[in-house]
Amino acid sequence: MATRTVVEGVTIARRKRFSETYFGEWVMTTDHKKLGIMYMATAFFFFLVGGMEALLVRTQLAVPDGKVLSPEEYNQVFTMHGTTMIFLFVMPMLVGFGNYVVPLMIGARDMAFPRLNAFGYWVVLFGGFFLSSSFLFGQAPNAGWFSYAPLTELTSACGANAVICTPGLNMDFWALGILMLGISSIAGSLNFVVTILKLRAPGMTINRMPLFVWMTLVTAFLLLFAIPSVTAASLLLLLDRHLGTHFFQAGAGGDPLLWQHLFWSFGHPEVYILILPAFGMISEILPVFSRKPLFGYTFVAWSGVAIGFLSFTVWAHHMFAVGLPPVAQAFFATSTTLIAIPTAVKIFNWVGTVWGGKLNLKVPMLFALGFVAMFLIGGLNGVALAVVPFDYQVTDSYFVVSHLHYVLFGGTVFGIFAGIFYWFPKMTGKLLNERLGQIQFWLMLIGVNLTFFPMHILGILGMPRRIYTYPDNLGWNELNLLATIGAFIIAIAILIFLWNFIITLRSGQPAGDDPWDAFTLEWDTTSPPKPYNFLVLPVVRSRRPFYDKKNPETADWKTATH
Amino acid sequence: MRMPLFREMKPKRWGLALSALVLLSLFLASCDQYTPSILDTHGPVASREAGLFWFTLVVATIVFVAVEGVLIYSIIRFRERPNSPTPKQIHGNNTVEIIWTVAPSLFLFAVLIGTIYTMFGLAQPAGPNVEVKVVGHQWWWEFDYVHENFKTADELVVPQGTTIQLDLVSNNVIHSFWIPQLTGKTDVIPGHNNRMWFQADNVTTTPYRGECAEFCGIQHAHMDFSVTVLPKDGYQTWVSSQQQAAATQPTDPTALAGQKIFTSTCQGCHGIVGVNLQNFNDPKSQGLIGPNLTHFGSRHLIAGGVLTWDPSTCQVVNGKLVNENSCGLYQWLHDPQGVKPGNDMVIGQLTDTQIAQLVAYLESLK
Repeated sequence: MATRTVVEGVTIARRKRFSETYFGEWVMTTDHKKLGIMYMATAFFFFLVGGMEALLVRTQLAVPDGKVLSPEEYNQVFTMHGTTMIFLFVMPMLVGFGNYVVPLMIGARDMAFPRLNAFGYWVVLFGGFFLSSSFLFGQAPNAGWFSYAPLTELTSACGANAVICTPGLNMDFWALGILMLGISSIAGSLNFVVTILKLRAPGMTINRMPLFVWMTLVTAFLLLFAIPSVTAASLLLLLDRHLGTHFFQAGAGGDPLLWQHLFWSFGHPEVYILILPAFGMISEILPVFSRKPLFGYTFVAWSGVAIGFLSFTVWAHHMFAVGLPPVAQAFFATSTTLIAIPTAVKIFNWVGTVWGGKLNLKVPMLFALGFVAMFLIGGLNGVALAVVPFDYQVTDSYFVVSHLHYVLFGGTVFGIFAGIFYWFPKMTGKLLNERLGQIQFWLMLIGVNLTFFPMHILGILGMPRRIYTYPDNLGWNELNLLATIGAFIIAIAILIFLWNFIITLRSGQPAGDDPWDAFTLEWDTTSPPKPYNFLVLPVVRSRRPFYDKKNPETADWKTATH
Repeated sequence: MRMPLFREMKPKRWGLALSALVLLSLFLASCDQYTPSILDTHGPVASREAGLFWFTLVVATIVFVAVEGVLIYSIIRFRERPNSPTPKQIHGNNTVEIIWTVAPSLFLFAVLIGTIYTMFGLAQPAGPNVEVKVVGHQWWWEFDYVHENFKTADELVVPQGTTIQLDLVSNNVIHSFWIPQLTGKTDVIPGHNNRMWFQADNVTTTPYRGECAEFCGIQHAHMDFSVTVLPKDGYQTWVSSQQQAAATQPTDPTALAGQKIFTSTCQGCHGIVGVNLQNFNDPKSQGLIGPNLTHFGSRHLIAGGVLTWDPSTCQVVNGKLVNENSCGLYQWLHDPQGVKPGNDMVIGQLTDTQIAQLVAYLESLK
């Protein structure tokens, strides 16, 4: 019960303020840990929504001539699957991790701008609700997650013999939703940049920052430079649709390719925005469970920076089929090849970290290793897509669908689950059930390969993406059925995780402050941490400050040279 | 049919079983069935593109096996055991870093050189060619043989062993033109008159499947076309037959009744040279939004491939269709919006007799 001091020494009971109630504490909070958890919970909710959409897609395509969804419903569902997963699941989830973990890792008491942080969260939440509410009107976005103009224009404006483009509110929901989420991303990125550059604990030089902090910093810069492009594109689209401009209309002096250039100069950095923080998580988790420091810290960190820079030079590899001049295509093939080099360096360093270690195969480690194994496939078939003449064949086919899911599901989602299992004890003070986690991991590994590996072959067998149905005589039936079975196996794995989550919250095993014998500062405080994070701000003398504290004899600052 | 083979190995033990399953299904899928595989090539463009695939696959497989191999070996070899010692705290090694920066670069540049070499090698050869203007509609393809002065819909017919030059045009949304077995895709973009070329080496028994590969709205799934390859002289015969106008008056009374329905109901959207058009370039055809039907009877597909046209399943006897359910054209004319929701053909309900008459008439348009 809250109290009020009447005169010194005499207090009386009073009603709790809203901000003191359990509910109000969350709604009114500016604490980075609470906001981080809210980000993650929201993202996970949208993960379930996007997952349901994926299951609808896979159910429709399980057999030829599927009749589960009408064509219009299918188009809305696949568009919202992509949009939801990218903008409402992966991005907020990674921001959530960053929010929770980064200030703890750098020994700060909070983010630099706590209110801005809260603002960013609420914009994501309402932006997400706004986007999803389009289903209530039956007018969800329906032009694919990259919304190519002129299909996204009003029908009257998109060409003399167009049958139908987008007369309804579908694209207005999309464009306005993306604008809102962009505002949140810019706010969040500024906050990360300032927090990481200004609030590090004494002794934590840039060169001693944990890799997750490095990657969050690179991601924040990518967002700052990439989001304006999609913001501009969305605004121009809204102007075209409602104020009669013609930015994307060929007949009226505009150009449909303008959309593609604007979208992909956001869209490709975006791909790295979705994966770099996961790279960071893996670079934290592999060393702890290998009982070794990260192999080649400098190379892993700077290859992340290199990826960040190069990611702004590769956008037109999404557009090899649009008829760019051969020299331009050669340029983008080259830049795409170049970006594969730092990515390869990262993978080798992760393997180097594991090599010679003492591998503790707990669930976070399983997911981290699964990440490396699956992301490698996504990297290799990504290189195949940079092979321009081969890309003419497989772009916009199921091969691309396979590639992007190996990267985003086999990569990012495995990274996210590694992160959840790793930091959950810090956030709640309880350990997720190991057995259920193992079952979930193996089901997911099987599910991912069963769903997405056949899609390579479907693409090679000539199946275009985004078709709501296919005939039964083209040899695509069995592989599609396999993919659908795989999708449901993944769904079961996710249900097992939810079950694990619930029983752990109710009666999970206490974790203690440092269940993994970890190396970084977030473990050098209570689980969950107090609102002020650290009683005394830590002093950092190497890249593994908490390892140093626990092993004073063999501390890194005594033996290593940084 | 040649079968795409995947030589990639899977990382875990179950992986073997999985690949076996995938290969098996691939095998089952390609037995006794037509599949528009990009590896089952019938022309120089597709075959160079496929060649690059095999090259890339070999390189990728080497990297895949090496990295996954080391990873799995480390997982087994360095797994924590009761008496495992504390590992040596190694922070890195610059020599190793340089090696594994340079090594993948070599692999990648090998692939890049192959890419650029093939890319420039795919430029259209000089010399005689057949030029076709490809017009992407929502959701069907129009093929305008500009020099021969006729048009077809959903049906591209080309001579064997000849360079076919395509001019890709759209005045609605973006489409993408793809014949997996003959050539990769090029987008059909309003305001950008893209060009592409291909060559078909073999005469077809079953036409190749062509597809739209860029999402273009509600019926993107049904924007296919068929590609028939004829020997050069057969192609000339075909061209002269396509240039003919349709008979002004069909002799068969059922077909004649069908023509009456056409002129009263259909000619607002469709053209037939000899009936409501003087020739294929009649200015009146500008206002017609549906496919030109002058030689419908000789085609294979209906409405972007949503149904197939096979006269043997659509026999009309005494003004009645023998079997309505097996006749694709019946299904289409009976309920075009049910078959292909959202398409542009919105018509009143036709009676079965009217449909039979139309089928008889359209069949006569060879």
